[in-house]
Amino acid sequence: MNKRTNAQTHKRTRILIAKPGLDGHDRGAKIVARALRDAGFEVVYTGLHQTPEMIVSAAIQEDVNAIGMSVLSGAHNHLFKKVIELLKEQDASDIIVFGGGIIPEDDVSELKKYGVKAVFTPGAKTTDIVDWIKANIK
Amino acid sequence: MSDFTTISSKKIKPLYIEEDLKGSDPKKDLGKPGEFPYTRGVHETMYRKKLWTMRMFSGFGTSEETNERYHFLLGHGQTGLSVAFDFPTLMGYDSDQERAQGEVGRCGVAVDTLADMETLFDKIPLDKITTSMTINGPAAVLLAMYLAAIEKQGHKISVAAGTIQNDILKEFIAQHAWAFPPEPSMRVIVDMIEFCTKHVPKWNTISISGYHIREAGSTAVQELAFTIADGIAYVEACMARGMDVDSFAPRLSYFFNAHIDFFEEIAKYRAARRLWARLMRDRFKAKDKRSMLLRFHTQTAGCSLTAQQPYNNVVRTTIEALAGVLGGTQSLHTNSLDETLALPTEKSVRIALRTQQIIAHESGVVNTIDPLGGSYFIEKLTNELEEEAVAYIKKIDDMGGMIKAIEIGFPQREIADAAYRYQRQIEKNEKIVVGVNDFVIDENPSMDLLKITDELQDKQIERLKKVKKERDKASVEKTLSNLKKACEDGSNVMPPLIECARAYCTQNEMMAVMKGVFGEYHDPAIF
Repeated sequence: MNKRTNAQTHKRTRILIAKPGLDGHDRGAKIVARALRDAGFEVVYTGLHQTPEMIVSAAIQEDVNAIGMSVLSGAHNHLFKKVIELLKEQDASDIIVFGGGIIPEDDVSELKKYGVKAVFTPGAKTTDIVDWIKANIK
Repeated sequence: MSDFTTISSKKIKPLYIEEDLKGSDPKKDLGKPGEFPYTRGVHETMYRKKLWTMRMFSGFGTSEETNERYHFLLGHGQTGLSVAFDFPTLMGYDSDQERAQGEVGRCGVAVDTLADMETLFDKIPLDKITTSMTINGPAAVLLAMYLAAIEKQGHKISVAAGTIQNDILKEFIAQHAWAFPPEPSMRVIVDMIEFCTKHVPKWNTISISGYHIREAGSTAVQELAFTIADGIAYVEACMARGMDVDSFAPRLSYFFNAHIDFFEEIAKYRAARRLWARLMRDRFKAKDKRSMLLRFHTQTAGCSLTAQQPYNNVVRTTIEALAGVLGGTQSLHTNSLDETLALPTEKSVRIALRTQQIIAHESGVVNTIDPLGGSYFIEKLTNELEEEAVAYIKKIDDMGGMIKAIEIGFPQREIADAAYRYQRQIEKNEKIVVGVNDFVIDENPSMDLLKITDELQDKQIERLKKVKKERDKASVEKTLSNLKKACEDGSNVMPPLIECARAYCTQNEMMAVMKGVFGEYHDPAIF
């Protein structure tokens, strides 16, 4: 059992922006990280080339409310699902998972079934992401 | 609505007149095509003698699927090959490693051993066709495999013609498919240049790339300046090894983005040629004319395409491709309309290739050289882009050169700032992207997309298993140990790498040896 206490220790919503897998495209992740920071959230950015294990461990250690993952390499199905499974295993399913990237419509519905709460695809505004977090992550 | 700026936020005047060119001298600053400073083109005859090479960046699944795609493209009039590797290959992992799972063949073709390289070019004569390979961190390994594949086709390695991207500096800056830290990375690159200069004379040893810098969100000037500054760093590294500038500089080539801001892009290419020619002559004292030529590949801007109303992407790509051609490119890749959604289907790739063919054979733009040369606007813009790039390069020189600048995160931060600024402009509707923040429709995104299944990963792992079972274990061990020795004692890594490739060592086996000696680079995670 992990002993996370985010509701008690942090007033502000904490978000982990993560780049899982080997994909090096970080323009979107960095823009979202900045936009969330400018919107008043506490943002932790993992940097590139993270395994699902590294991401889940960072999320727990950093005591975040949500993980936002960005994948542009086509490996989203495998990686997003792995992160959700690991969160379950670690008894940390209260951490909300959302994502974005080059993700075809068919895969979006599949990922949502699996527990990814929102998927932002090309053309999404950072303000859409901010609004969604405000509405869905407490 | 519009503030009359370029996509890079550069102010543009309503009219350009003779006075705007006061102080410039057409004889000195333009010259004729094929003459110093090459502003108007690297060749005297340009497209009247030879069209640009139509080179579509392509790869997915295993080497079998990609080989089939190459035959499809060549059958439709493509004139050169360009290999897209998958992420495990780009990062130096084998398909059967844990870190590769879910990524094999997704974003390019999986190449683990020489066997995959042989299949990739099956029935494609590598002594006749030129190949470009987009690989950076493990570039030396993939070049070794390519040269071994040429031997397997019955040729000497000296027939190899083409380009390897091999531009690690822009990996640290923008694309991020790195392997070793900067210093040992530069040593391996100089090894490759030294080796190819002697043994593979028709090979372009680096494709110094602005493309990814731009895709990461830079402005046009930043793309130009950082790319040329990377070029300076490579020239300095080779000269520090004791190589004569004219022995290697003719085989350095460039790779730029063609973004949607038409005139800014054309001016960028013209400024790049002039800037490089002057640098090579005046700063590096090159004597050979070929050392001064900035030859470049162009790819249209992936980041300009939209997932919304995707057929509009054909129009964007056409404008961008035309800018590349009017800017005097030597080869061109045109993106497909569905690439914001997935890797392209055959149908959409064919439209992208046809776009180039229509520009080449129908539009008439190839009839005359540098048709925009002498326009007050284009010449002024060319001058300004060159001046602004020179100022950036001076700043980087003052920091101690590009490697130092990268270490303190200078180019990375400049690009991230520009990317964020542009995103804000779009969200405030200061810049319009059709279908995204204006002219929006309700649409049902139903398109046939290329699907890459998990079965392809399984198939590749099986291929690798078979190779590992059939190869001679003793030669694997011996060649890997020779590679380690070369990494440690400072001798050129290319000969032992080719030995490893011939022995069917896997990519990761070679990379693990090199990382063991050189260390590994990790993302500083600045945003």
